[in-house]
Amino acid sequence: MTELLQHVVNGVSLGTIYALIALGYTMVYGVLKLINFAHGDVYMAAAFAGFYIATALDVRDDPTIGKAVVVFLGAMAAAAALGWAIERFAYRPLRNRPRLATLITAIGISFLLEYGFQLPSLQAQGRTFEEVLRGWGWTVPAWLDSLVGVLPASFPPGPTPRFFPEPFTRIDWTVLGGVHVSNYDVVSFLVAVGFMLGLQWIVYRTRFGTAMRAVSFDPRVAGLMGIPVNRVISATFVLGSVLAAVAALLVAGSRPRIDPIMGLMPGLKAFVAAVFGGIGNVPGAMLGGLVLGLAEEMVAGYTVSSFRDGIAFAMLILVLLFRPEGLLGRVTVEKV
Amino acid sequence: MRAVRAVALLAASLAVIACQSKKPEAGAPAKAAAAPAPASDKILVGHVGSMTGSEATFGQSTDNGIKLAIEQWNAKGGVKGKPISLRTYDSQGKPEEAAVAATRLIVNDKVNLLLGEVASSRSLAMAPVADGNGTPMITPSSTNPRVTKDKDKVRPFVFRVCFIDPFQGTVMAKFARNDKKIDRVAILRDVGNDYSMGLADYFLAKFKELGGTIVDDQSYKAGDQDFKAQLTAIKNKNPQAIYVPGYYTDVALIARQARELGMKQPLLGGDGWDSSKLYEIGGKAIEGSFFSNHYSPDDPSPRIQEFVKAYKARFGGVPDGLAAQGYDAAMVGFDAMNRAADGSGTAVRDAIASTKDYPGVTGIITIDANHDAVKPAVVLEVKDGKSSYVTTVAP
Repeated sequence: MTELLQHVVNGVSLGTIYALIALGYTMVYGVLKLINFAHGDVYMAAAFAGFYIATALDVRDDPTIGKAVVVFLGAMAAAAALGWAIERFAYRPLRNRPRLATLITAIGISFLLEYGFQLPSLQAQGRTFEEVLRGWGWTVPAWLDSLVGVLPASFPPGPTPRFFPEPFTRIDWTVLGGVHVSNYDVVSFLVAVGFMLGLQWIVYRTRFGTAMRAVSFDPRVAGLMGIPVNRVISATFVLGSVLAAVAALLVAGSRPRIDPIMGLMPGLKAFVAAVFGGIGNVPGAMLGGLVLGLAEEMVAGYTVSSFRDGIAFAMLILVLLFRPEGLLGRVTVEKV
Repeated sequence: MRAVRAVALLAASLAVIACQSKKPEAGAPAKAAAAPAPASDKILVGHVGSMTGSEATFGQSTDNGIKLAIEQWNAKGGVKGKPISLRTYDSQGKPEEAAVAATRLIVNDKVNLLLGEVASSRSLAMAPVADGNGTPMITPSSTNPRVTKDKDKVRPFVFRVCFIDPFQGTVMAKFARNDKKIDRVAILRDVGNDYSMGLADYFLAKFKELGGTIVDDQSYKAGDQDFKAQLTAIKNKNPQAIYVPGYYTDVALIARQARELGMKQPLLGGDGWDSSKLYEIGGKAIEGSFFSNHYSPDDPSPRIQEFVKAYKARFGGVPDGLAAQGYDAAMVGFDAMNRAADGSGTAVRDAIASTKDYPGVTGIITIDANHDAVKPAVVLEVKDGKSSYVTTVAP
């Protein structure tokens, strides 16, 4: 019994992460009908943003709540900027082209981030930022000096995994006679539920949400009605990327190894979760994530652990065969 | 029309690039043919190592060990009076990159000796390249038997200066059963890794033979973030120790997650644990665990202490087992080149094969008929964020 409960706790903890990433997928799909394959890589980039900020603040040796807030806000801001830039420069120019073009671009952006982050940094090449600028005949402005130690010299991170410091202290509880739960699991779950409810509220109860649904229904007509389509789409990407950043930091805080391809599998699985729950449907993404996390956990715990990824994708196929619109999805009713 | 022009331009530029890169290649074999034995006045050693990637410290430590060996030989005047120089290519921890790097070192750079890789899966990708081109290759730390032995046939040009998995797996099984009196062990292995699978199989066989019970045999994939499902299943079987023959980044996460689930058992492992990163990521969770390794820097014997001192002076920091293996691989290679009749691949190969009782840092090295080194292994315990010597197990 204890074992089963522990599996449930582990599965929910894993599913929560998928759910947080899946919410971002689902939002973007709901508005644009675009599967943003770069979403998992925004998640990765956010983890690294958090890592650089945490390193600069020396979180590892001296963690405080204040620093944790800075790390979270900083990573969320970085992810928001990245999400905005991806939409602005990679997807918007292709908006009126066939949808396949955007999809391929999304895959391209994904690879660009994954492999771009694996390039050696100046530091790894044994050069400094200052040398490079001098080589171009520039002088280094004084305000840049303070930045040199933090980002430019050690970015991109290269393929070597990094150790992510705990943003807030981990507390483990033993409940129900031997089931171990940590504050990370609890916080992640509450955050995911909070975001899901928040998104539902935004989509159905705010002017911005109404605009999103209108754009989702028909962008051209929405534009004619005076809705700023581009701004709505940008905001959707920013929101989705912020969710990815939160997921990334919650994962990295409890499983402290980050590397440039860490977004690949969680991204794919979150996509499965989003489709499973009904893509475009906010509670569906949450439900899909949790079901997927629990299914994987049970498969790995009770049968052969190598099957866990296979199960995730077999579930996708089964759902698409019997319920193409997903668990909570409705066929033609409003999306988002 | 524009598209057509673009394609034409692309084709033209590709053709130019192809021509340019072809030229030196076409010229090189002609030169080599004119002088059959490399009559150049220096010796070039190639090293393929994971300088970046999940096992980055493996490549970096090995590279440092090789550099130290080269500097010491050069200080003595080099091999047969010729100075040695090193060219290192990064495998990024990927077998396909390792094969490309090995090909580049042999075909383009024409190295006299190829060193590398640490990981067996990557050495396995390099071995056919070395064999096919007749360039002697010594792997410092790949312990999978198939690296030097392709089915029943010994690879003619591939050697290693370390023990092999059947021995390493046995060492840990003996240690757990005889020294620690452990009856029940669970295994958690990396399914995508030749090294991990080999170690787990040999450990399992020996541990059972010694009367122990394997209560569970779970697996993971390198790069996984979450191991709690497997660990929860293992916890329920209540083993006294868990054998995790993986690489250090995964092992560190496994240790952390095991402790988070309230599991207090020691973890057992192999030389893939040997990295300062294990202690950095694992922290308190990895304390009290044991792993088998090639050598211990705590060993008081003067040969080892001299090496540790020289390494510390050159690179700062205590050399790990992989640095010592890299050093020994290079030393055995240079010793063989010094004894070889000439600089040709076959002569050097024969000289390496006849290495006998070479006093290496990681033990007395004798290359056997399977091109493996027969050496004792040590068992180390993780204590206070570093490894400390426990015992030596002879073959």
